[in-house]
Amino acid sequence: MRRERTVTRVALARALAALGGSLWPPLAALAFALAVSAGIVAAIGESPAAVLPLLFRQGLGSLDGFARVLFDATPLVLTGLSVAWAFRGGLFNIGAEGQLYVGAFCAAGLALALPGLPRWLALPAAVLAAALGGALWGAIPGWLRARFGVHEVINTIMLNFIAVGLTGYLVQRYLKEPGQMIPHTPRIAASYHLHPFAESAAGRALGLSPANPLGPSLLIALAAALAVWALLRWSVAGYRLRAVGQGPEAARQAGIPVGRVTWQAMAMSGALAGLVGVHDVLLYRHRFLDNFSSGLGFLGIAVALMGRNHPLGILLAALLFGFFSTGALEIDIFTEVPRELVVVLQALIILAVVSIGELAARARRRRRRAS
Amino acid sequence: MSILLGLLLGTLRTATPLLFAGLGGMFSERAGVVNIALEGILLVGAFSAAAAAIATGSLAAALLAAMLGGLLLAALHALVTLRFGVDQIVSGVALNMLAMGATEFLMWLLYGSGANSPRIALAAPGGERGLGQLLVELPPLTWLALAAVPACGWLLFATRFGLRLRAAGEHPEAVASLGLSVLRLRLAAVLLSGALPGLGGAFLSLGAGYFVKNMSAGRGYIALAALIFGRWRPGGLLAACLLFGFAESLQGQLQLPWLPLRFVQMLPYLLTMVALAGAIGRSRPPAALGRPFRRD
Repeated sequence: MRRERTVTRVALARALAALGGSLWPPLAALAFALAVSAGIVAAIGESPAAVLPLLFRQGLGSLDGFARVLFDATPLVLTGLSVAWAFRGGLFNIGAEGQLYVGAFCAAGLALALPGLPRWLALPAAVLAAALGGALWGAIPGWLRARFGVHEVINTIMLNFIAVGLTGYLVQRYLKEPGQMIPHTPRIAASYHLHPFAESAAGRALGLSPANPLGPSLLIALAAALAVWALLRWSVAGYRLRAVGQGPEAARQAGIPVGRVTWQAMAMSGALAGLVGVHDVLLYRHRFLDNFSSGLGFLGIAVALMGRNHPLGILLAALLFGFFSTGALEIDIFTEVPRELVVVLQALIILAVVSIGELAARARRRRRRAS
Repeated sequence: MSILLGLLLGTLRTATPLLFAGLGGMFSERAGVVNIALEGILLVGAFSAAAAAIATGSLAAALLAAMLGGLLLAALHALVTLRFGVDQIVSGVALNMLAMGATEFLMWLLYGSGANSPRIALAAPGGERGLGQLLVELPPLTWLALAAVPACGWLLFATRFGLRLRAAGEHPEAVASLGLSVLRLRLAAVLLSGALPGLGGAFLSLGAGYFVKNMSAGRGYIALAALIFGRWRPGGLLAACLLFGFAESLQGQLQLPWLPLRFVQMLPYLLTMVALAGAIGRSRPPAALGRPFRRD
């Protein structure tokens, strides 16, 4: 009996240590980045105590504000999952930015090509198109890695530029709505529209303002997080992915087709990023806008790092970055501090997360060797 | 004749910032450190040069500020990757974000606008274009970039420092076993990869007459592409930069309807992928590229 209790206590202590061990580096990084930002704010003669709370004021102030935070967090969940999925397979996908462009373009292109599709077919087809477009764009560097051994980092960077250039060219040349300065496609047919929650009776009852853009793409992002979690934990594909990520040579010895796992992992990663097209085109803009993403794919790297490549961590990290992007507007409106402070803050968080993570790992190694 | 001259001038002008960035990247990559922060370094260099030129009106101050600005960002890269052992790509992505945010932030602070700075009042040479004008028309920084190609080649391939630097990128363990500090060699290389591209940034803002937000516009990545395409050698790098510069200035000068500008801008990226896949002969990166070195 007594022995049993000790065992439970040890297990509990271990679980807590593991949880704490994975939680404190991101939190320390957040504290560090906030402290530096406070220093910057103070240095330009504003009060940090007045400015920094604005980051969270709107998001925590009302349900409507929180819904806006969730809206801003939605694409970050998807790109964060995208980066994390590749990362679990030992692959570094810097191409989420390009993959989401191709995904969004495919969704809009399908809607423009087949405007007469009935709604029950149109929506799933457009979601599929977004995922497939992203998957294709992700599979290219994956295949080049598997076939020619080219590291995916450079190719994903290159494909980002090619994706922006190619979609921009196609819009300008073939799909541009005439008479517009900024190239974008015409509006897609109504059967392809996802409707914001604010338009539903429940949304109105909850007090969402009519302009609140939060919609079903959030549910898609949550479902994607759940699917990634389940696949990583329970599926053969997830097991193979992790095996290749932890040691490709050992995985090869164990009979895992490393090449196939590699390109499939990049395709899956691209599909997740491509789903941002659902959020941006079907729910928000109802059209493809040239150059629409201001670095959602790159922020996905930050979200994945902050969330330690775990779906739950990614949800939390995306929420945090959602607060920042909603709060940036507040800072812009209510203070003299430019909203670009938030970009600086985000960059500092990435640097701090990775640095603290490495230093913590190094300290752990040293302790293990000492004991 | 004047079209050809325009093409030549355009090619050299477009290639200048790529050359500075690519030469900087060559030191860093040859020493085994991936530096995709080149993009941010160009941006910071452009901003520092503009700010210093507006504040002092002196070209020398502007160039010095550009090198210092680039050096600062590179030093951060060195701190995070060499000292803390962080993945070099992650650090580069973060630093590019930092450069983007910080330059816009500072623009707001100094000039009250996040879009572009006031005009830089430095006298720029103008005048008629003729064959004799070529010397005058080309900015001094372009001449400097061209001269830097053999100079950097000499430093990297004919000096003891260069030999050790390359060894740190090929076989760091061997370097360490000789009692030399791999980290110090890599630090020197990364700092070089900040100062030189800083000058490339200065070329952008001083050439345009003001600083515009995100004015590096992917040139840091193109420089990286040129480096791969030129097989990490000064001569190859020069050829690749001239090729990319020629394609863009061809479109700029002639406005060819069958050659959309967006295709031309995609060309370097596309060619790099082809080169990397081995279609244009084997392109072998330094053996220890991207591998952190730990003494324990």
